[in-house]
Amino acid sequence: MSGKALTDVERIKAKSRYLRGTIAESLADPLTGALAEDDTQVSKFHGFYQQDDRDLRSERKRQRLEPAYSFMIRARIPAGVCTPAQWLSMDRLARHHANGTIRLTTRQAIQLHGVIKRDLKATIAAINASLLDTLAACGDVNRNVMAPPLPALSAIHRDVRADAERLSAHLTPATRAYHELWLDGEKVGGADAEPIYGETYLPRKFKTGFVVPPQNDTDVFTQDLGFIAISRGNELLGYNVTVGGGMGMSHGEPETYPRLGDVLGFCERDQMLAVAEAVVTTQRDFGDRSNRKHGRLKYTIDDRGIDWFRGEVESRSGIELQESRPFAFAGNGDVYGWQRSDDGRWHYTLFVQNGRVLDDEGRELLSGLRAIAEAHDGEFRLTPNQNLIISDVADADKAGIDRLLHEFGIANDEQATPLRLHSLACVALPTCALAMAESERYLPSLVDRLEAELAAAGLGNDPITIRMTGCPNGCARPYIAEIGLVGKGPGTYNLYLGASFAGDRLGSLYLDNADETAIVATLSELFRRYAAERDAGERFGDFLIRSGRVREIRAGRHFHEEPAGA
Amino acid sequence: MSTLAAGSIALPLADEQLQRVSDAVAGLSPAQLQWVSGYIAGLSAGPAAQAQVEPESGKTLTILYGSQTGNGEGVAAALAARAGELGFTAALCSLADYRHASLKRESLAVFVVSTHGEGDPPDDAELFHEFLLSPRAPQLPGLRYAVLALGDSSYVNFCQTGRELDARLEQLGAGRLLPIVECDVDFEADAESWSDRVAAGLPEWLDAPPAAPRLRAVDTAVRFGKENPFAATVLLNQKITARGSSKDVRHVELSLEGSGLASEPGDALAVLASNPPQLVEQLLKYLGANPDDDVRLGDETVRLRDVLAHRLEITAASVGFVRAWSAASGAAELERLLEDGRQAELVDFMDTHQVIDILRRFPADVEAANFVSMLRKLSPRSYSIASSPRANPDEVHLTVAAVRYQAFGSEHWGAASTHIVDRIEEGGTLSVYVEPNSRFRLPADDATDIIMIGPGTGVAPFRGFVEERAERGASGRNWLFFGDRNFSTDFLYQIEWQQRLKLGQLHRLDVAFSRDQARKVYVQDRIRERGAEVYEWLENGAVIYVCGDAKRMAGDVDAALVDVIAAGAGVDRAAAEHRVRELRRDGRYRRDVY
Repeated sequence: MSGKALTDVERIKAKSRYLRGTIAESLADPLTGALAEDDTQVSKFHGFYQQDDRDLRSERKRQRLEPAYSFMIRARIPAGVCTPAQWLSMDRLARHHANGTIRLTTRQAIQLHGVIKRDLKATIAAINASLLDTLAACGDVNRNVMAPPLPALSAIHRDVRADAERLSAHLTPATRAYHELWLDGEKVGGADAEPIYGETYLPRKFKTGFVVPPQNDTDVFTQDLGFIAISRGNELLGYNVTVGGGMGMSHGEPETYPRLGDVLGFCERDQMLAVAEAVVTTQRDFGDRSNRKHGRLKYTIDDRGIDWFRGEVESRSGIELQESRPFAFAGNGDVYGWQRSDDGRWHYTLFVQNGRVLDDEGRELLSGLRAIAEAHDGEFRLTPNQNLIISDVADADKAGIDRLLHEFGIANDEQATPLRLHSLACVALPTCALAMAESERYLPSLVDRLEAELAAAGLGNDPITIRMTGCPNGCARPYIAEIGLVGKGPGTYNLYLGASFAGDRLGSLYLDNADETAIVATLSELFRRYAAERDAGERFGDFLIRSGRVREIRAGRHFHEEPAGA
Repeated sequence: MSTLAAGSIALPLADEQLQRVSDAVAGLSPAQLQWVSGYIAGLSAGPAAQAQVEPESGKTLTILYGSQTGNGEGVAAALAARAGELGFTAALCSLADYRHASLKRESLAVFVVSTHGEGDPPDDAELFHEFLLSPRAPQLPGLRYAVLALGDSSYVNFCQTGRELDARLEQLGAGRLLPIVECDVDFEADAESWSDRVAAGLPEWLDAPPAAPRLRAVDTAVRFGKENPFAATVLLNQKITARGSSKDVRHVELSLEGSGLASEPGDALAVLASNPPQLVEQLLKYLGANPDDDVRLGDETVRLRDVLAHRLEITAASVGFVRAWSAASGAAELERLLEDGRQAELVDFMDTHQVIDILRRFPADVEAANFVSMLRKLSPRSYSIASSPRANPDEVHLTVAAVRYQAFGSEHWGAASTHIVDRIEEGGTLSVYVEPNSRFRLPADDATDIIMIGPGTGVAPFRGFVEERAERGASGRNWLFFGDRNFSTDFLYQIEWQQRLKLGQLHRLDVAFSRDQARKVYVQDRIRERGAEVYEWLENGAVIYVCGDAKRMAGDVDAALVDVIAAGAGVDRAAAEHRVRELRRDGRYRRDVY
């Protein structure tokens, strides 16, 4: 690192005075709907991104108007658990200050899109008033901590959720800037400090997730830091610690790649915070601050070796990690519909296509969930697959919830195919600045075509995971989907195949820069082979590897090696 | 116009100065050039000579004008030139610059004065008008006079200022040489015949035979004007309000290449438009007339459809039309509106009713020929030029708001704006000519600060001002107040202003978007918020410009300026109002409102 120039974002962080930047001045400038350029970096730490409607960009330029700037605000919801009251608050903000939709994210957070600058403060203040917040929802810090929403193993779930919340609180930035800017907090003098992060925070974003086998719904291997719950009966013993996962890469830059986390070892439950902090501070001190595309923990580990890293974590935490415990994953999707937990309560997992909650003709998701939130006194749980669980329903109330689900036309469609129920897309166009191709607006229609191909191959009832992103940064974790599609340009995608159904094996590039015709034709052929040649119970991704059609990727750094199978 | 060239003769002017002189006289008519030559000669005679045009009693025709749009000034200047050609001495002076005390020494004066808004004098005649009608006005037994009044008969109190002047001069003992002539918006023919009568009377009134007529300069270039408009090619017709806006505002770029038309920042472009075809159809249907029938229009015979489409005013109703339709329909409500003392109601009625609305509300069976005789000639519409000629030679840019609205259950259109917005494609042409607006010019001294207040399309001339000052490298600061309904859709020329700010060519920009919050905020509120700084700029010699809506905005801004001065100078309201009048008199508070 020494000798290399720091990135511009490092300069901005360093002079931001613990994340104040000139955000206050930017908010007060009435001549533009944008922030000052440096503030667009600082704002991420406060949980909002500057975006603009890319559909309108060229039109507005000709109209001599600046781009239609608006902001995406992300509310941080550790473990994805919120109350109906909190949901109602987000619903109100979505309708009054945002674009009338709520977006459930792949990290169990809630996003509002289309909030204009002059409404930012009121919106963020209202989110805080509902006892959620947006601090550190984005930025070079530990982001929303994920944990399984799965209610079936209730006791373990409760303990893991409590640990996730403890860790989230422990790694939340300590700066007072957030209170000053959004909550009219008192200005603090020079006493501000960040005991864990320091003045320049982390080199890059940092993601943490907990998981309870056998469901890998939080995709623990894609997290920078993961905790795999190890239990005996209803007792949570501790965690296998995973480090160095991460999805993002850049097209045409083979030194960037998606990587799955390594299992570092086992820690006791009460050692979890100390281990996590040691991982974070090691990354803080050794992560690459001279190149944003090489800043994630996965590169720090690949550059220096996993043994060095373990040594650093052990010496910083004073904890010797034990040998990892056995575990097994069966899948990373959600189980839909009603389930009953061990305490006798009911939970309904509602399919939300691409996580977008809005009112459509005949399917009024936004209004329906509002009505349910008004009637319901349990919890809403957001799943890592962008779905929603209406949780903690008493026997007596189950029929009422069912009635509302049907009244608003939002109950899970019995006809929905397993492929659709296992589909995931990022937001992409028109608001995401990084998108190279459509995603959320396009995947449903591609799924229509693939459903027909699967039905023709006799595979209509077989679940296959399919995920699409508009760029290679990987928000919907496409590299661990059995069918991964990553935007390359308008209408074209890279097709990745061979990942596992359980999210523990990366896919491999199968088609480069392919359009819909090529994608459908290729998959159609492979579906027919799979139907004809699979072993009993064999998953699509596993079949492609076993049959040699797709090369197996054993480590992220081999991700870009020449495809062998195709 | 030939260009001035620095040849082998040693010139006392630097090239740049020579260019400025050349630019300043470009496009002037021979009559105007002649006047300018006299003006410059006067300047060279020294400060005493430029301070005041002093009439030589008994020998001089004094021509005084008060003009809001420049029409009156044009008539007055043409008359001065004509008197000069006839060998008489004429002194031409704006009422804004005229020393009131000189009036009692005048022996022969003619007045060309327009009426503005609801019977108000134009800005430059305001103080003279106030003086003349006040008890301070002297008896004028030695003065003989004639008045040409300009006005717009779609307003009540038509030609009011001219009438008041004419009556008051007689009351003060002056002798009326000609009966007052009242011109409507198509003033040219009436003004010309009045000028003819003045010119014919001069030998007798000045008691002197004309000297040998001076040689008349021969003008070989075609000059474009109202009777001979230039067909300007539309280079760009770009909507500049975003989708979702309640308004449709266009940025229009026109080519003047080959026209020789020259303008200065602040001038207007007159557009001769056609009427909305949908409205023509509605009228034809109402009249039940054959569109191909011939009708008489003055001395001409024209097809009915063409008359309605291109020749007559069929959108805005005039008082004359209301009167004629009242007679034709016998509608009691119209008769009542036309009674004395109901002017405010009549104004309100004409603001809210186009011709078609009156026809529909008060049906009458009227022959097409008769209907045609009730309408005024279609007049050109003026748009402030939104570009600097220096930065865009051979082009003018306009900022045009399409007037379209629903009323009485049907769609309504503005004539010229929808002509430009809906009916002219890029590559098509518009009939135009330049209307000079000498009362709305940038300060001659580039070091002077300016404050520009231009909400809505009132911002148009200021785009030209800022562009011009940037082009000239003017050292004075530029401060713009802009307002409209919504920030995200109606911030006209937003990225241009942002760029000018970045480049230091615009120094301050304050904006008010009325509908972005519960409490409506307008430019006058921003002026008050920035009162201390506005006052500081004024004390530093800044010139204030206001452009846009006359009905409410101009008055609201005026009141805000009074408040700002009262607070800044620590004086009472009356004193502040007096100070505002002085600013106006001194040319430091200029308005182009409509």
